[in-house]
Amino acid sequence: MRLALRELRRQPGRFAVATVTLTLIAILLMFLGGLLDGLLQSATGAYRAQPGQLIVYSDTANDTLAGSRIDGDLRVQVEDAVGGAGVVGGIGELTLGARVDGGDERELESVALRGYEIAPAGLPDAAPALREVWADPDLAETYEAGQTLLLGPGRSEVTVAGFLDDSATPSLGGLWASLDTWRAVLAESRPGSAMGEETVQGLVVVLEDEAAAADVAAAIDGANPTRTLTIDDAVLAIPGVEAQNSTFGQIIGVTLAIALVVVALFFALLTVERLSLYAVLKAMGAKTRTIFAGVVVQALAVTLIAAAIGVAMTIGAGQSIPAGSLPFAVEPARLAISVGFMALAAVVGSAFSLRRVARIDPAEAIGGN
Amino acid sequence: MSKDGFALQMQGVRKVYPMADQEVVALDGIEMDVAEDEIVALVGPSGSGKTTLCTIAGGILTPTDGRVRVGGEDITDYSAKKLTEFRRTRVGFVFQAVNLVPFLTARENLLVVDELGPTGRSRSDARRRADQLLEELGLADRANNLPGQLSGGQKQRVAIGRALMNSPELVMFDEPTSALDSKLGDQVVHLIRDEMKQRGTSAIIVTHDERITHYADRTVHITDGRITDHEYAAAAVG
Repeated sequence: MRLALRELRRQPGRFAVATVTLTLIAILLMFLGGLLDGLLQSATGAYRAQPGQLIVYSDTANDTLAGSRIDGDLRVQVEDAVGGAGVVGGIGELTLGARVDGGDERELESVALRGYEIAPAGLPDAAPALREVWADPDLAETYEAGQTLLLGPGRSEVTVAGFLDDSATPSLGGLWASLDTWRAVLAESRPGSAMGEETVQGLVVVLEDEAAAADVAAAIDGANPTRTLTIDDAVLAIPGVEAQNSTFGQIIGVTLAIALVVVALFFALLTVERLSLYAVLKAMGAKTRTIFAGVVVQALAVTLIAAAIGVAMTIGAGQSIPAGSLPFAVEPARLAISVGFMALAAVVGSAFSLRRVARIDPAEAIGGN
Repeated sequence: MSKDGFALQMQGVRKVYPMADQEVVALDGIEMDVAEDEIVALVGPSGSGKTTLCTIAGGILTPTDGRVRVGGEDITDYSAKKLTEFRRTRVGFVFQAVNLVPFLTARENLLVVDELGPTGRSRSDARRRADQLLEELGLADRANNLPGQLSGGQKQRVAIGRALMNSPELVMFDEPTSALDSKLGDQVVHLIRDEMKQRGTSAIIVTHDERITHYADRTVHITDGRITDHEYAAAAVG
C-alpha cells in the first residue's frame, strides 16, 4: 500500500487525467445536488420550517394547502382528537405579486405570504403585528426593512418588519405574517376565496415528545373529514416535488455511473501498463491481494482528491451565488453523501482490475517476457 | 543453509503444459543438484526448458512430476499461497530487464521486498540490511537515486541487492547480461560471482552468454527439456 501511495506522490502526472476528469464529475455531481436542494428548499422550505410533526388538511384538498379549508368548528374537533398529545396551530399560504409602495409599477416580485400561529423555525415566537411581515433572507436583495409593499391585485399594504436569519430558515421568497394579516390580504386580493375569521388552510400539530405521530394522525382522521400527513409526506405531496426528486436522482445516478466507468477504465488501463511490473512483484512474493489493495488505494486517493476539490468548489459556488438568483443550497449531508458515493464508485470501479491482477502469472517475469 | 549441503535438489522433475488436444513436455527427467556456494550457468537454445527449470527452482511453477527441494525444504507440493511466501523469504530473482520499480529510490527498491508481505524483521532492521547491501555493492552514495538516475551497471547492482535482501539460499539470474554491452556485461558477471561467493549464496544463471560459463562453477546444458551435459570448470576465473 505504501508502494501505491509513493507512486501517487512521485508520479502525479500519471494520475492527472483521471484526477481532472473525476474532479469535473465531482463538481457536476455536487452542483446538481446543490441545485436539487435549492429547488427543494424553495418549494418545501415553508413546510420544513413548521415546528410540528403533522399537517392536517381538509379531506377534499388533495393534500395541498391551496385546496384545503378548515373552519373553526373543525379545528375544535381536531384539537379534541389530538387531546393532550400536542398543540394545534393554523396556517395559510397565498402566492401573489409584490411591489414596493411608490416604486416602479413594473417591478413585480413573486412572493408567498404565509400566515401562522405557532412560529416556524427561524421566526420570532410572537407573530408580527397586523399588516406587518417578516421576510425571508433572499428578499433582502430586493426590499428594505420598514418598506411598505403592495401585495396582489388588491394592492394590500404590508410593512417589512425585518428579515429572517439566513442560517435559521430553510425557506425562500416568503413573507411571514399573522393569520389575521394573511386573511385580510386574501380577502382583498381574491375576494371570492375570502375566509371566515376562524378559518385556516391547514393545521400544524406539534406533538409531545412521547406521542406517536401515526397514532395521532389516525385519531384525527378517524374522527374528522380530514387528511393528516407527516411533514415528510406533506412535502412529497407538493405537486412536482417527487418528480423533481426523481429526475435529479436519476441525473445524479448517471453521473455516479460515469464516475465508476472513468475509474474502471483508467485503472484497467493503468493495470495493463503495469503488467510486467506486477509480474515481477508477484515473482518476488507479492500476493494478488497486496497488489489489488494498491490499485484500490490509488483509485480512492485520486477520487477523494477530486471530491475534496468538488466540495471546495461547491461551497465556493454556494457563497458566491447571490441569494434569490439561483435556487442553490449547500447541504453538508448532501456533500458527505456525494463523497461517500464517489468513494464507493472508486472501489467498485477499481474492482474491475481485480480479475486482471489475479490472472498475472509471475512466470511472465522470467524469460524476458 | 540446508543440512544436506545442497541449495537445490531436483529429482525426476517433469513439467508438462497442456496445449489444445496435446501436451508439451517442457522438462523431462531433470536430475540436478546445486551445492551451497555453487554458481551454475544454465545454457541451451530458445525453448529448451531453461526458463521453466528456473521458475520451478524458484517456486514460481510446480512440477508435474518429481520433487524439488530448496535449502532442504521440499516445495513440491506447496500451495500457491505457500509458494508466494516461499519466494518472498527464501529465494531471490534478478530479471532480464532488471525491472526496478521506476518511482522508488535504490534503497526503496531493496526495501520493497519487505513491503510485499511479512518477512519477520522490523522496518529498521530491513533498512539497515538495505543500506549494508548498498554499501557492499558500492552504491551507498546512490541510495536515494531513482532508477532513471542510475547507469545500466548500477541498476543491475540494485537488482542484485534486491535479490539478496531476504538472505536467500538460491538466487536465479535470468539473462543478466543480455541487455548490456560487453564491457558492462563483464563487470556484471564479475559482480555476480563476487557477491555470490562472498555470501556463500548459490546461483543459477540462465544465459546465452559464453562469458558467464567461464565464471560459473558448472555449466549445465539443456536441450528439449533434458539435461544433456554437466561441464565443471577446472578453476573458475576470479
